[in-house]
Order: sequence, then C-alpha cells, then structure tokens
Amino acid sequence: MAWTLDSDRPIYAQIVERLKLQIVSGNYPPGARLPSVRELAAQASVNPNTMQKAFTELERTGLIVTLRTSGRIVTQDGERIAVARRELAQEQVRLFWEQMTQLGYDREQILSLLLETGGNTHE
Amino acid sequence: MNETRTDSLVSIRGLTKRYGKITALDNVNLELPPGRIIGLLGPNGSGKTTLIKLMNGLLVPGRGTILIDGNIPGIATKSCVSYLPERFYASDSMRVEDLFSYFEDFYADFDKSKALGLLEKLQISLKSPLKSLSKGTREKAALVLVMSRRAKLYILDEPIAGVDPAARDVILRTIIQEYDESSTILLSTHLISDIETILDDVIFIRDGKTLLSSSVEDIRSAQGRSVDAYFREVFAC
Repeated sequence: MAWTLDSDRPIYAQIVERLKLQIVSGNYPPGARLPSVRELAAQASVNPNTMQKAFTELERTGLIVTLRTSGRIVTQDGERIAVARRELAQEQVRLFWEQMTQLGYDREQILSLLLETGGNTHE
Repeated sequence: MNETRTDSLVSIRGLTKRYGKITALDNVNLELPPGRIIGLLGPNGSGKTTLIKLMNGLLVPGRGTILIDGNIPGIATKSCVSYLPERFYASDSMRVEDLFSYFEDFYADFDKSKALGLLEKLQISLKSPLKSLSKGTREKAALVLVMSRRAKLYILDEPIAGVDPAARDVILRTIIQEYDESSTILLSTHLISDIETILDDVIFIRDGKTLLSSSVEDIRSAQGRSVDAYFREVFAC
C-alpha cells in the first residue's frame, strides 16, 4: 500500500516526518538496518530521488547513519532518539493548545480538563 | 530544465509539427537530463503523443531538431530508447512467450532473466495467449518487456490509463524498482494525482506549446498545493 501523503506540502518533508515517527516509536529500533532507498521508495510509491533527499535530511540531523559497507542504520545514540521523541511530542502539545484555544478554552480550563480525563482515553 | 546543458540526454530545439492546417506542436524547446522521472502532462489533444512519436522516429518533424544521446531519432536511437506506445503493437493471437522472443530478437539490451522474474512476480504466465488477458494484465506484460531493456531513455505513453488502482500501484512500483538510476523515464498521462509522487519533474503542454517545466517539489513548495491541483487551475477553461 502506498503511503498516504498530504497534497499541499513537499513530499520529502512528509517522508522525513514519517520515518522519524517510525524510529521514535521503535518500529525501526536503534541500530536497525533500514531498507534501501529504492525499496522504501517503491513501498511508499515515491520517487527514489525524493526518498534519497529525506534520508540525507535524517542523516544530517543524526537520526540515521550511513555505514560504508552495510547501508544505513538507525542511530544507536539513545539520547538523539529521545530528543527527536521530545520534538515530536512538543509539536503535538503545541497543536493541542492551538485547537483548545480555538474552542474557547483558557489555560485553567484546559489543565483541569486534562486532569479530569487524563489516562482515561482508552476506555 | 530549459537552459542548455551539455549533459542533456534529450535536446529538443524549435520543434514544430503540423497536420495539414492543424499545428500539433509549436516551437517546442526541451532539455531532458539523465537520471530523472519526468511526467509529460497535458489535456487530450495537447500534443503529448505527437511529441512522443517524433522522439521515436515514427513521425518526421516539420521544423526543428530532436537529439537523443546525440543522435536524431532513427536506428541509432532505437537501440537506446525503450518505448511503450499508447496501444501495444502485439497481435491478439500471440502468446506472452512469443512477445518475449520478439524482444530477444530485436533488442540486444533485453534482459531476459529480469523480465522472467517480473512476470512471475506479477503472476503472468508465459503460455497465456494475449487475447485471454485482461486489458490491465496486457498493459502489465507490455510494461515488463519495455522496462526489461537496459535503455538510456524509457518513453511510456499513458502507461496507467485504463487499469484499476491496484494494478496502477503495481505498475508504478515496477517502474520505480526496475529503472536504472542513470536512465531517464518520460511518461505521459492525464492522471496526475496517481503519479505525481513518483515524478522528479513535470512538463505541462497545451495546444502544442510547453507551458512549464519544473520539479514537483518546487511546484509544491511555491504553490502550497499538489501538482494535480495546480494543473487543474492552469488548464481550467
């Protein structure tokens, strides 16, 4: 199945986000070997050059590492992955506040609602 | 893509083609670099197939020149261009294996083992008579043969028209996986949303004129929307 991509944003940025999420969530654990550019491009139904660009970006930020002989692996630096996880979490929180504010909630109300419903989202 | 490049695989200058009083192509200039997947996009009757036929030497230009790897379309270019026509030329009475022998006989760069592997993957039997195959399966078989040549340029005229979305996925995936990174694919279509994620560049063509040639990511960044949405606006009547 091709990856679902938004139509209004550059494709490589969306691939970067998606791969980040897969690394942070442990779908690709630290030190795991990543599929080749070509393989992953075919899986996602995207252009191999675009996939390459996404890989280059992830390499630049240190989340993936290119080995000379055995392709690309996820970084074994747990600290780096924790930072990426925190960045993704902060983005989610930012979106949450933005939407709650749009709904007319103030800070107090948001916090009390959070405490009220916290941990009960899977009921 | 329009500036002159010494590393162009295809160089088209001042190309004009008329059918009687109708101008099918009007002073087209294009440079196609190697190693790209390029979409040739335009509404029906815009000149896509005329351009493709000229590139394959099936039509003769009225004015202007086409150079592919330094040669004008002819015997020399047929050995480095792999062409999937809009309607495949195989006779209904042939079997898939007959088509195979054709490709082996005609093209020195035909990679038989690659083609066999792909056919197996797509579950197409060599013994099947073409007339027993659905339209989509026939298109897949034709694409397998065309993509199994080690060509410098693949020209695919509407490779995904008339097949269901699942077959479309398989065809696009086959294209991504099987082409050589140094070769270029030019594919024409009007089904842009299905293919835009696999393209490097797009060329918009209308009334025989090229309106735009740009990279997909540039269009998305500059316009904040998909090439498909942009196309719909540019070509809205």
